[in-house]
Amino acid sequence: MAVLTLPAPARTNVVTDVGHVWWRETLTILRDPFSLIFSLLQPLVFLGLFGPLLSGLAGNGELFGGSSLQWFLPGVVVMITMFGTSMTGSTLQFEIMTGAFERILATPLSRSALMIGRALKELTPLVVQAAIITLVAIPFGFVLYPLHVLVGLLILGVFGVGVGALSYALAIAARKSEWIFWAVQQALLFPLLILSGMMLPLETGPGWMQVVSKFNPLTYIVDAERVLFAGSFGDVTILRGLVAALVTAAIGLWVGIRSIRRATL
Amino acid sequence: MIHTESLARTFTVGKERIEAVRGIDLDVAEGELVAFLGPNGAGKSTTLRMLTSLLPPTSGSASVAGIDVLARPAEVRRRIGYIGQKDGAGHNYRVWDELLMQGRFYGMSKADAAESGEELLRTLDLDALRMRKVSSLSGGQKRRLDIALGLIHAPGLLFLDEPSTGMDPQNRANLWEHIMRIREQRVTTIVLTTHYLDEADAMAERVVIIDHGTIIADDTAETLKAKQAGDRLTVVVRPADAAAARTLLGTEGSELSERPDDDGTALSIRVDAASHAMPGVLARLRDAGVDVVAAAARRPTLDDVFLNLTGRSLREGES
Repeated sequence: MAVLTLPAPARTNVVTDVGHVWWRETLTILRDPFSLIFSLLQPLVFLGLFGPLLSGLAGNGELFGGSSLQWFLPGVVVMITMFGTSMTGSTLQFEIMTGAFERILATPLSRSALMIGRALKELTPLVVQAAIITLVAIPFGFVLYPLHVLVGLLILGVFGVGVGALSYALAIAARKSEWIFWAVQQALLFPLLILSGMMLPLETGPGWMQVVSKFNPLTYIVDAERVLFAGSFGDVTILRGLVAALVTAAIGLWVGIRSIRRATL
Repeated sequence: MIHTESLARTFTVGKERIEAVRGIDLDVAEGELVAFLGPNGAGKSTTLRMLTSLLPPTSGSASVAGIDVLARPAEVRRRIGYIGQKDGAGHNYRVWDELLMQGRFYGMSKADAAESGEELLRTLDLDALRMRKVSSLSGGQKRRLDIALGLIHAPGLLFLDEPSTGMDPQNRANLWEHIMRIREQRVTTIVLTTHYLDEADAMAERVVIIDHGTIIADDTAETLKAKQAGDRLTVVVRPADAAAARTLLGTEGSELSERPDDDGTALSIRVDAASHAMPGVLARLRDAGVDVVAAAARRPTLDDVFLNLTGRSLREGES
């Protein structure tokens, strides 16, 4: 019998792990770029069809404190973030069923990297989407503050990691039946979006809606994005948004790691 | 390479407690090829999942590759390869992409992963499929890709969970050829689970029979068969001769058993080297006036071993 010495295992850390998981997920886009092109259409449709209705509704903008486009565009960016990251678990669910998830769990990848990497993949097209709708909106009177938008995207990124991790945990919880994942995702997504004042301002809504919106973390994100897209830094709203993003990310990762550890596939 | 003490796992389904694994003590040395054999639901896969750190044990301890599985699961995962029951490769990915990423997941450099990947593609006859999407591969091709994924980082210890379940005999033989070649090239300790008797018999150097969550036998297939079952000699006689045959056979061997046969009664005894013993036994039966209709000498199988140990046949549970 030949003497066997185990190869010295290579070192890894969370950051490179995140990079690897992100890259594997991103390969699905690179190998099939049509999906990206298609996903770019969605925010444009919202902006092009919903935006004009809003500006008509508001008698050209008093309700929105200026241009309705300036008010609505950050909302669309938040919306595509929510759509994308809340679906993080759906590709995972497919891989739980086929078996790839188990194979990846058996590698030394850190558990938080599994979730962060996947959520970042959903955020990757977002950067392209945001850039395109912003560029398209400029001729229609949208004023671009690049640095502010960048900070806004960073806050959204942190928030998106949290939403992605929660979606990841949901996929594990609903691993036995696909429809439960979609039922819960849809049941949560739209109330959260509407109650954040993302599509229509809540100021004109009934009092209870305004109260409920105060308990919705997404409200603080949307408010912060609006302030940033309007080109302002000196507002406590931004800080509130950042805190909401960090808290969401922390809770999401905690719940996600717990569900990975407890999963008995 | 592997050492466990009273390793146990209980699942709670609703109000019911299921003791999937009830205290397994096992030692596996470097270079061994061990098969866990047992019916579905015996606890084979649960044991494997605990050894690979995918499932925390309810009690007991296990060290794999010299590392405590409970205390440092990630370190264990770094040193082992695991090939599960389902498809390891993501269906939406290309073969080569998955292989490279798997190497990266284990911390290999791009160049090292590519080198190891190239070698595995050649060894496993996957070279022509590298740009194919995994979902377009046949069952046998997917299984070979799973093997490649499990070996990309050249682990010293490889776990295979039901590697050939659902494959046709030709693909199974082909898969085993590959596994054996890889074992020669990359000296690996292999632990696998199977419910195929012939597979455990032909491939494994050591068979660990698991039933109801405990190890009920652990030895080479040859020793198990010799100790637990032994050769059997069976003769079929007409009902009128049964009594005389019974008396004579009782002195020729042990463990006399009897069952009705189309041509009369089939009598069976355990006897050493049955095919050599048969001519003598037949001659003595004729001398005693017994008309033998049919005779057979049979080497024991692992199923006989299982039957002897549990009173049940493994084949009954086979799907």
